[in-house]
Amino acid sequence: MKETLKSLWQELLGDSVRAFGVVSLVLLVSLAIAPAKNHFSEWRRYQQGYLKLIRNRSDAVTLQRHFQGGIQQIWLPDLGVVDRCTSCHVGLKEASLNDVNVQPFRPHPAIPHKLDQFGCTMCHRGQGAATTVAEAHNSTLAWEQPILPTKYIESSCGECHHEPLAGAPRLNQGRQLLSRYGCVHCHTVKLPDGKIVKPTDDPPSLEHIADKTTREWIYAWLKDPQAYASTATMPNFKLSDDDARDMSAFLIANSTPAPGDTIALSTKASSDAAAGASLYGESFCASCHAVQNAAGNMVGGDIGPELTRIGNKVRPQWLQAWLRNPRAYDSGTSMPHYRFNDEQVATLSGFLLAKTDSDLLASVHLDAATPERIARGKRLVSDYGCVSCHEIAGIKKPENFAPELSRVGSKPVTQIVFLSDMPHTLPDYIAGKIRQPRAFSSGLKMPQYSFTPAEIDSLTTALLALNERSTTLPRSLNVSTTPESNYEPAGKAGKLMTDLACFSCHRINGRGGDMAPDLSWEGSSVQRDWLVKFLKNPGTLRPALIRRMPRFNLTDSEVNELTDYLMTVYQNPAIDSDSMPLSGYSQGEVELGKQLFYGKYSCQACHIVDTKNDKGYIGPTLTQAGSRLAAAWTYQWLKNPQALRPGTIEPNRAMGDEDARAITAFLMSQKSGDKKKVAKK
Amino acid sequence: MTRHNLGPVKFLVVLLATSAVTSCSHKSESAPLPKPTAFGAAIVESTGGKQTAQTGARLPQPLVVQVNDEQGNAVSGALVQFAAALGVTFDPPSGLADSGGQVTTNISLGERAGHYQIIASSYDRSHKKVELRVEEIALGYQQTLGRHLADQYCERCHNPESTVAQVSNYDNLEVKPHPFTEGETFNQISDADLTAVISHGGPALNKSALMPPWGNTLSKSDIQALISYIRAVSDPPYVPTS
Repeated sequence: MKETLKSLWQELLGDSVRAFGVVSLVLLVSLAIAPAKNHFSEWRRYQQGYLKLIRNRSDAVTLQRHFQGGIQQIWLPDLGVVDRCTSCHVGLKEASLNDVNVQPFRPHPAIPHKLDQFGCTMCHRGQGAATTVAEAHNSTLAWEQPILPTKYIESSCGECHHEPLAGAPRLNQGRQLLSRYGCVHCHTVKLPDGKIVKPTDDPPSLEHIADKTTREWIYAWLKDPQAYASTATMPNFKLSDDDARDMSAFLIANSTPAPGDTIALSTKASSDAAAGASLYGESFCASCHAVQNAAGNMVGGDIGPELTRIGNKVRPQWLQAWLRNPRAYDSGTSMPHYRFNDEQVATLSGFLLAKTDSDLLASVHLDAATPERIARGKRLVSDYGCVSCHEIAGIKKPENFAPELSRVGSKPVTQIVFLSDMPHTLPDYIAGKIRQPRAFSSGLKMPQYSFTPAEIDSLTTALLALNERSTTLPRSLNVSTTPESNYEPAGKAGKLMTDLACFSCHRINGRGGDMAPDLSWEGSSVQRDWLVKFLKNPGTLRPALIRRMPRFNLTDSEVNELTDYLMTVYQNPAIDSDSMPLSGYSQGEVELGKQLFYGKYSCQACHIVDTKNDKGYIGPTLTQAGSRLAAAWTYQWLKNPQALRPGTIEPNRAMGDEDARAITAFLMSQKSGDKKKVAKK
Repeated sequence: MTRHNLGPVKFLVVLLATSAVTSCSHKSESAPLPKPTAFGAAIVESTGGKQTAQTGARLPQPLVVQVNDEQGNAVSGALVQFAAALGVTFDPPSGLADSGGQVTTNISLGERAGHYQIIASSYDRSHKKVELRVEEIALGYQQTLGRHLADQYCERCHNPESTVAQVSNYDNLEVKPHPFTEGETFNQISDADLTAVISHGGPALNKSALMPPWGNTLSKSDIQALISYIRAVSDPPYVPTS
């Protein structure tokens, strides 16, 4: 071996000329490495492939003219974007390549942003400055963020857009779930503009829980909330029998009677099921509460709790007191204070108490609560963070009970402990954590939710949007949410509106629900007499609607109080109610309006005026429009509906003054009790 | 001595190679296919075809197929495998027909918008392949926005099917609107004509005035999004003419 080396040395570097020659040669070769590497680089190969692809196409000339060789780069210093992706993805802007199905040559699908203004990595992540496939797409030692899988792509929209976005349903759903399922009770989520995300569920206070339900029910509920109500938003804490036993003991022992003499009020629950069902229907309980029918489908809304097995849960006296006035037990409830009389309370409570599942509590037999068990229960209630959501006397709400999630979308992968069968990426970790939170280590407290895979994808999308980069982007890109206003109606009428929980369904001045019409301009839009009648006995305006305004059994003075307030306070400044009369239009005008209504504008597609011939039921029925609507409102509405109610689906017909006046005249001629037939069109 | 030195190096190389081979083989090795206990003669679709979902997302409902014998009776125990273009994933990718002859899989579509053909296949007694082809539709950003707008403004009249939450107005209309899936109709109408009829109402194409104009309510890009959605759900599929 030594000999061979020696002779090799002699051969190559034996004398100075030889050495010089060899060294020069080595130098030359090493100098050639860099250009060669460049010549054989991936992006060049792709660009050659692209040219070959377009060569024989009919649009080759245009495509060739657009093509620019060499490394391409989108540089946007404001956004921190240095993207060279277009070096290989050469056809991104060529819509005519739509039929091409091979990457990296597909054109970019239509999106609302321009590539030159946002680059690629703003949405797709990955390493923009890289010029090889592996470095650009995958995580490397020097770069952690790989390309974002398509199913999470909407998370990037969410870095700037904090408001609901029509084209990003997964992001919207994820955000809604974060609030609806109360994730943000335990995990703080602070948006880049400093706003804290608020929960939209309303977990009840447990201070008087013994009034409402039994220890057995609490036990069954703690063990498996979804067994009681499949729509329950409370997660499963996977408690042992002993834990649930002791926690239920504590909650009952810790409960104090609600103020007010509720039990003395109780009447005997009626067993008239038919009357109960009809009162349940008439009161439109199903607008907010769901019940699972025999076919397994949920029927009803999700504002209030599901009532399928309510008879297993509530104490009869509590239910009756609640039906009589829910605000006596919970002043902040979204349930309206129906003015039910004793008979109605008996009927409705009887109907609801019959909704039971004989299996639910059949196997629950709890040992008596001892002081030790109660003490242990208290410790567990405190440990599991029950007070993050529920008010419980004697336990203080913990600060930062769970990790803050405001930057979870840029959690370093190196800090994550993955499960053994899990791809090592952040989205997989977040999704896995939501799917099976307790699997990551023993002793974790995060409960088990029963989200569907699609919901987990949506939640992951929403969480990935909460990242470091979203805080460093220019403020001008930030599209904030409009915060829910804290508008409070004033005076006696205001108190009445709170008591009736108007805001649970109606929106006024930026506050309230979206089930029923926005009432911000109600005073300008309707006539006083109609409103009085409607509040006394709400009829239906929209034939196809199943959720309707319930009857609250208001007294005359309450109706007057409310009407006066609505009519005077909720006025649109742009509408002068004196500018158009309610009657006195000429027969010619009315006739012209009718022709326009049925002909040019074909309003009967959605509205009914003549109940014999018209069938459209998308918009409200207009049979009594002349007794219900204000003329000036009608006129302005016809000219531009969205100006009065943004987002309403009635199309803006850009109606001229004359047409709008004529149709107003025709609609004002439709008075209630006025049997004057509307001649066939 | 040199030979002696090479020993550990060789050992290391061998170790690296074997570990590479084992790790590779571990990766490529998918779950072993279950052994079929029966064979059918045909696969038919039960539910789950012609669904739409966003690109990369799971279809809202699983695909359920059924294996039948020559007489059309369900066969349990036959092996069904699912396949599709790159990027489509199945959960599970294969399965044995249950007691009702059915196999269920959840499908996530690929990252490209458009139609995806799903192939469910099985073998009959003579080891001949039997197949079922089902189509699913992936919506990109523009089509998703279009779907949102269609739900809000159009479907109440254009979709004849009523649900509890959304009662259809279709039956109330004297001149019936065309459901958006009706390819025979929509594929004949150019983008320009569709834009005109959406913006200016039915009369723009000499059609019913019951279709109102939306040009003052929807933006140009909204209308474009709507058209791209209508094109996406068209059955038979829309083929651009240019």
